[in-house]
Amino acid sequence: MTYTSSEPLNYLNHKTGLWSWLTSSDHKRIGLLYLYAITIFFCAAAILGLLMRIEKMAPGQTIMTAQTYNGMFTIHGIIMIFIVVIPGLAAVFGNIFLPIMIGARDVAFPKLNLFSWYIYIFGAILGLYSQFANGHSPDTGWTFYVPYSAEASSNVVIALTAAFVLGFSSILTGLNFIVTIHRMRAPGMTWFRMPLFPWSLYATAWIQILATPIIGITLLMVMAERLFHIGFFDPALGGDPVLYQHLFWIYSHPAVYVMILPAMGVVTEIFPTFSQKPVFGYVPIVFSSLAIALVGYFVWGHHMFTSGMSYESRWFFSLLTFIVAIPSAIKVFNWLSTMYGGSVDLKPPLLYAISFIFLFTIGGFTGLALGSLATNIQLHNTDFVVAHFHYIIFGGMGFGFFAGIHYWFPKIYGRMYNFKWAYISWGFLFTGFNLLYFPLFVIGIQGMPRRYFDYDPKFQTGEFLSTIGAFILIAGLAGMISNLVYHARKGPKAEANPWHGVTLEWQVPSPPPHENFDEIPVITHEPYLFDKPATK
Amino acid sequence: METLFNQGSNLAGGVDRAFIFIFSIAIFFTVGITALMIYILVHYSRKKNKNPQQFSGNTKLEIAWTVIPLIIVLVMFYLGWSGFAPMRKVPADAMQVKVIGRMWTWDFDYGNGKISKELVVPYQKDVKLNLFSADVNHSLFIPAFRVKEDVIPGYNNYLWFRPIKKGTFDIYCSEYCGLAHSGMVAKVVVMDSLEFKGWLANLKATGNQPEHPGLALLKSNTCLTCHSLDGSKIVGPSFKGLFGRKSTVVTDAGEKEIVADEAYIRRSIEEPNAEVVKGYMKGLMQPYKGKISEADLNTIVDFFKSENAKQ
Repeated sequence: MTYTSSEPLNYLNHKTGLWSWLTSSDHKRIGLLYLYAITIFFCAAAILGLLMRIEKMAPGQTIMTAQTYNGMFTIHGIIMIFIVVIPGLAAVFGNIFLPIMIGARDVAFPKLNLFSWYIYIFGAILGLYSQFANGHSPDTGWTFYVPYSAEASSNVVIALTAAFVLGFSSILTGLNFIVTIHRMRAPGMTWFRMPLFPWSLYATAWIQILATPIIGITLLMVMAERLFHIGFFDPALGGDPVLYQHLFWIYSHPAVYVMILPAMGVVTEIFPTFSQKPVFGYVPIVFSSLAIALVGYFVWGHHMFTSGMSYESRWFFSLLTFIVAIPSAIKVFNWLSTMYGGSVDLKPPLLYAISFIFLFTIGGFTGLALGSLATNIQLHNTDFVVAHFHYIIFGGMGFGFFAGIHYWFPKIYGRMYNFKWAYISWGFLFTGFNLLYFPLFVIGIQGMPRRYFDYDPKFQTGEFLSTIGAFILIAGLAGMISNLVYHARKGPKAEANPWHGVTLEWQVPSPPPHENFDEIPVITHEPYLFDKPATK
Repeated sequence: METLFNQGSNLAGGVDRAFIFIFSIAIFFTVGITALMIYILVHYSRKKNKNPQQFSGNTKLEIAWTVIPLIIVLVMFYLGWSGFAPMRKVPADAMQVKVIGRMWTWDFDYGNGKISKELVVPYQKDVKLNLFSADVNHSLFIPAFRVKEDVIPGYNNYLWFRPIKKGTFDIYCSEYCGLAHSGMVAKVVVMDSLEFKGWLANLKATGNQPEHPGLALLKSNTCLTCHSLDGSKIVGPSFKGLFGRKSTVVTDAGEKEIVADEAYIRRSIEEPNAEVVKGYMKGLMQPYKGKISEADLNTIVDFFKSENAKQ
């Protein structure tokens, strides 16, 4: 973007050129660097998803071999989980908006923040390299279960290293956010005057810091086993393959909450703004975020109910899994009550946010069927699981992200997208999404296992409908992304506060200036009061 | 939902009871929440309601929607647990079958060397499956029986059931195990006790047919998953008529003609990627150099020679 005299100086135009972006420690620019990297990876992995769906349109080989298919679901999973959704919302919107929303000029450690982005890019490249190194084709699935992953190739060491490097970027971002929230809130902004998106980032950051080291420990153990033949996981050396699964999920289950908590934070900002009404149950929402972060640590065993774990651990993990559902339910009821009695304006951000509630509710309830022991036995490792986590991660985190980008787009770029285009894209996206994933619940209950290249013809109706859904979904994605990309540069100029929001990011110009505030605001009351301005 | 009502074992009832409760609650709340959202969007739309109310919480409501869901999920937990608990209590007199999972096939061992590719079980009799893996993780899944347990190397996992329906049902491998994971399927056949006794008696006869030890090695190394014996093309070239066959192979130096003699067969096992038959993909087979004994190699070559002599 070039500077013109008609445009006031802001973070996008105060310096120009690629180098100024790659060396910028401005939190907003770093957020955009994440946004662009994540969008590219997301599109690539979504295309892989579409190709897999085309393959499964009919039983037997359709457009690719079994080896290619196994490689595709592996790469799709690795990119989507480790490179797109784990950093996802926190890295993009957390970076851009956390400092502004708490009245700070930047995060606590701006240079470390930029460094985290470089670690992220390095980890992403390493993750892709791990799948093709040593002449092997990728085929372990994103979970790298031993002994298959160890027998198939030595690449599991590189893959875990990549997960750890990416995790390290997460740790540093989490650390940065925690210090920022503790030390840099504007004068008068007590903990309970802080908006709820920063609160969700705070809960997320603790998970990032405390859970990620586990993947590092696992990596060390795998390396010790490969290099010094100390038997941790390999049964041939006296090791235990299930121990690997425990360690993998002790990290990867809390990682699910790293994905979903910030998305909950985003929609919590959207409901009050588009209802012009305070958040209902601010304190319960805060504590439900913290409860999810805490209890989320102790439920990893529900990924392993059929692994041969002891009877006691099976029922114990099941019980805790049900407990962790409660804070999510509390949030849903509070969001509905926030809108109730308001002056509700169904603009694109709210449309995405209520879609989030719908999809997340379905994802949550099907999660209960997976958390219950008896039904888990039938559903574990079937297409039901695939449908469930896409409803949670894509329907939850994904739609939360789409809600966020439609909400904050005018603030980020100072321009507005086309509403009609946004509604139509949403229609395709929402219809395609449900047609793609809902049939997988049905064939999953009937016993269709996941990660199956070929399948019994009795499952074909479900598989076929799902493929049609995939095409519609991709059309919706293309529509949405093109609307945003085009109007980021060509859209009409947006007002500073087009939605009449009351949190601090709406009190600064759009796009915000380089250091957000000329003068640090003083906070005199709680957020979300629509009859009072946010600052004095 | 065919399988949901097709209860093939004594354990299916407990599982389906939990299913019905959870899905009823799920449908009730999903429909309720969606209806409420639509009501709010219509009734409190900005066009109709210019003056938003400014309330921001209600302690009684918060308590209600914490406690009521808690009670509901505890009932779900209980139903899940009560449907699951019998799965771990194996009757002492259950018939035992040893199941061996390997890439990518199931063997059902009835003892005394009687091994079947199908799981055949007597109607209304308790059956315990002892699960062993010869290589990587697998998982034995019989949807109609609502049973599943992972088959993990070094573990003695088990499951049990009592078939309550006669017929043939699907067995799937439900833990990803590599290239032909989706081909690792089998059938369970439930028949009358008497019929079962006859079948088991017959199994011995079929099990006694002499098999070339080289063929046994090809089976145990799962070669036959990718190389057929009947001439059909799977992942790699068929073993039918292999010995003495002329082929074009691709090497790093280019293409050349070879005759599949003893030296070529040995090379292809030890260094499969050095010379790949034209039309097949490189890199799919692992090199067996150092992983297979000299004696086994000789036995395998002897098998191919003996097949050639038969023709």
